Amino acid sequence: MTSRKSIHFKLDKLKSNLAEIDGLEVSIGKIMGEEWEEPFGPTPCPSLATLREWDLKLLKRYKPFYLPYCDVCCLCTMGKCDLTAGKRGACGLDICTQQSRIVLLACCIGAATHIGHARHLVEHLIEKYGRDSPIDIGKSVGVDIQAPVTRLVYGEKPETLGDLEEVLDYVENQVTQLLASTATGQEGDKIDFESKVFHAGMIDQVGMEVADMAQISAYGFPKADPEAPLVEIGMGVIDTKKPVILVIGHNVPPSVEIIDYMGEAGLSDSVEVAGICCTSIDATRYNPRAKIVGPISWQLRFIRSGIADVIVVDEQCIRTDVLIEAKRTMTPVIATAEKNCLGLTNRTRDPADEIVADLVEGRALGALIFDPEKVGEVAVRTAMLLAPKRMKFKVIPEAKEIVEGAGKCAQCRFTPCMRACPNNLPIREAMEQAAQGDLEGLSNLYEACIGCGRCESACTNELPIHSYIIGASEKRIREERFKIRAGRGAIQDVEIRRVGGPIVLGEIPGVIALVGCANYPKGGNEVAEIAGEFAKRRYIVTTSGCSAMSIGMYRDEDGRNLYEVYPGGFDAGGIVNVGSCVSNPHIAGAAIKIASIFAKRKLRGNYEEIADYIHNRVGAVGIAWGAITQKAASIASGFWRLGVPVIVGPHGSKYRRMLLGRKDRKEDWYVYDARTGDKVFVGPCPEHLFYAAETKEEAMVMAAKLCMRPNDTPKGRMIKLAHYIDLHKRFYKVMPDDLHLLVRTEADLPITMKDEVMKILAKKGWKGNVIPDPTLLPRLVHVKEGKRDEQ
Amino acid sequence: MSNEPWQMGEIAGPKKALIITKPSVVVGMVKKAKRALMVVGHEISKYDLGEESAIDYMIRIAETFKIPIVATAHTVSEFVKRSCYPIWWMSALDIANRLQDPEWEGLDGKGQYDLALFIGIPYYMEWTILSGLKHSAPNLKTISLDRYYQPHATWSFPNIKIDEWFTHMKEILGQIVEK
Ligand code: SF4
Ligand code: SF4
Repeated sequence: MTSRKSIHFKLDKLKSNLAEIDGLEVSIGKIMGEEWEEPFGPTPCPSLATLREWDLKLLKRYKPFYLPYCDVCCLCTMGKCDLTAGKRGACGLDICTQQSRIVLLACCIGAATHIGHARHLVEHLIEKYGRDSPIDIGKSVGVDIQAPVTRLVYGEKPETLGDLEEVLDYVENQVTQLLASTATGQEGDKIDFESKVFHAGMIDQVGMEVADMAQISAYGFPKADPEAPLVEIGMGVIDTKKPVILVIGHNVPPSVEIIDYMGEAGLSDSVEVAGICCTSIDATRYNPRAKIVGPISWQLRFIRSGIADVIVVDEQCIRTDVLIEAKRTMTPVIATAEKNCLGLTNRTRDPADEIVADLVEGRALGALIFDPEKVGEVAVRTAMLLAPKRMKFKVIPEAKEIVEGAGKCAQCRFTPCMRACPNNLPIREAMEQAAQGDLEGLSNLYEACIGCGRCESACTNELPIHSYIIGASEKRIREERFKIRAGRGAIQDVEIRRVGGPIVLGEIPGVIALVGCANYPKGGNEVAEIAGEFAKRRYIVTTSGCSAMSIGMYRDEDGRNLYEVYPGGFDAGGIVNVGSCVSNPHIAGAAIKIASIFAKRKLRGNYEEIADYIHNRVGAVGIAWGAITQKAASIASGFWRLGVPVIVGPHGSKYRRMLLGRKDRKEDWYVYDARTGDKVFVGPCPEHLFYAAETKEEAMVMAAKLCMRPNDTPKGRMIKLAHYIDLHKRFYKVMPDDLHLLVRTEADLPITMKDEVMKILAKKGWKGNVIPDPTLLPRLVHVKEGKRDEQ
Repeated sequence: MSNEPWQMGEIAGPKKALIITKPSVVVGMVKKAKRALMVVGHEISKYDLGEESAIDYMIRIAETFKIPIVATAHTVSEFVKRSCYPIWWMSALDIANRLQDPEWEGLDGKGQYDLALFIGIPYYMEWTILSGLKHSAPNLKTISLDRYYQPHATWSFPNIKIDEWFTHMKEILGQIVEK
């Protein structure tokens, strides 16, 4: 069943009293601009259970391992219910089902956030540019397959901004239905919840694609440009002599209007616009002169530095105490989104002069303004007038104050500061050292500090610990001057033509997608090290959002910035920044386009077949090393349904469940050979679908392994095995123990390691296997009855 | 304080770990178990014992108990460097996932374990893993050998200082040798 709401009918002849018409075709509810010859596949506009069978295939192999984050459920008034170890709640739910329900809730929040963002953007852009404004995300460079995710899921190809509204109607409906299934007394099976989690992720991919297509097209962001400009990133790149406007969030229209107002007023050289989180990435896509301060975790440090004269927040990933923090540095806050009003007075209809006067004179801590154009004017004029008064008033202490403050540290026996810190940083020791006049200990905490401020809330003496860490790291912060390639958007069809074959055959060893937020266990440098390692090995590294920033805010051992060393093309050895969070579907889209362009599979409403293709052939792995949000959860689940594995960092174990394969269960690793219908053992490829790694070393070894696919040619598998063995030996100092499961024929063996590996295989009693034309879908087997049986 | 989680927000539910007050509890549990194993994570290297190495100590305890060690993440490299004691390696999630499967054949093909001792996995990750096992592996007992209270284990040390922890480890070793 699908949820397509449009009605389409065709009559060869219509005869009425008024007229006689031949070949009448009527579409109700279908307003897409251009006819599309490709026939519909089996599942356009899938509803909640349309792709359930596909999900169940994946979930049979990658079973959920639940890691309950709370033993009770408190979602209804019959509770709280203790669900410990086999107990059921008043509604009948057990702990595992409750976890899967919470995962679905998280993914619904994530999907709704992106879709809500997309809806706002599309409405705003239609108002500004018109409903017929064309979707163009790279036509001039041959991006013929625009909107691959939308085509695959929704079954239409949007051509104008107006077309996107219809796509959003569909995804909004799906999120509502999904959310409904989390109600008390609704879905009662954990695997069915998991299937719905996949649905939420897939729907989210459509919503994000809509948002990015709309902004790329209307604002003229780089269009599938591998040479998108290098832009500046880091606290050290901000010109503090100028008035500074700080933008935070994800939804770029207010930032665009600020930049435009500055241009119109001739102030482009007089005011700095700098941003935190994805809105800053998108601001630099609009105008490369905008600057990026850093990822989500840079908020407290930058606000407290007093550098910003005005703060403009839009939506998502904004500290909810931004108003309290900004008040301390006398920086007014302009809120711009209905989803995030911060308790401010709505000044949308007030004259700009009045609002500016109130903010400059300190009569209001901030203002709520829903009109992005007015935000542009108010922010710029306020910054200009306020900067000379504020004199960059900051609350980050000087070295002398830090030493004095650290002297007040009680050296608490049970270290509430350290125990509040997500990364368990040794704050007490650093304070003791600081009290002696040595700030090095505090400065050493800088890299792994995620800027949450929890230590301060916990400190028995109310010491501003985070500010001390920042103050002690002043020199390092001044030197935070880096480059990042601006988000390029989609991958060109011609790039896919060039690399599709080598990826599917395995000769490009894999696509590593470093995405997600900045809750890193040991700092952002780890993300950059992972990116550098795989780019050096000539994988294709793609990235977006805060991870893309962390890759930029790093210099390798030769002092080089990775974006300056590695090109931005979707090719072996490239580091490809697609853009902000909502640009992630370009990465999924690249995999989808490989199936379409290289393998000539049909896209339109043909999800299951394309996912089967990607799962068995495209060696892509997502790494969300610092995933924090519900959005990151839904982004990951969009990849799961396509059969693409995702690795998270150790904090990701708090997502409540993993999807783990069992390489020791041989029966789990059979596929159909589409040529013969035989079931063929292909080994644990890929071994897991969702997996939290303890260390970056483990993540790298696992990522190399997860790039293997049943379809790899011997040459491709040889290359992939060589990387896997090399990384394993380097970090683990031993040979892998599962080579007998990954080698299919002797031709798979890396030549230089052949003797060594053959000895291991002999000990394990290894026997070779055929390399199939792999599929999990019996209907794709070419031969007819006889050899087919259900899995 | 003693039975408070180390990371303050990591509050567990109604069923919380019993506190190991005496090292003999650990010795008794291991002796009583039919099949036990020890899981060692990469933060074992954070246990600074001066002259001694916590890894060596874990090897000695495991060797004396005659139980296998599973090193998680890249920790195996440290064991390989210094020991000929047979070490298994597996990710923290892979070993935990197997421990909750009643049909798992074990590292040696001889069947599932009924006791697992954990140490050195990042606190919050060990917390979630122990929670998973508490709920899904009813026949498994778990002991946290870390110096932080892990509420989801069956037994855990309270939050203690490193020297106190080391004294406990020495006593455990001494007691196994005596017995
Ligand atoms: S602000 Fe930094 S040091 Fe303080 S609790 Fe958060 S991560 Fe730890
Ligand atoms: S909580 Fe505050 S006073 Fe206590 S040790 Fe930590 S920094 Fe010092």
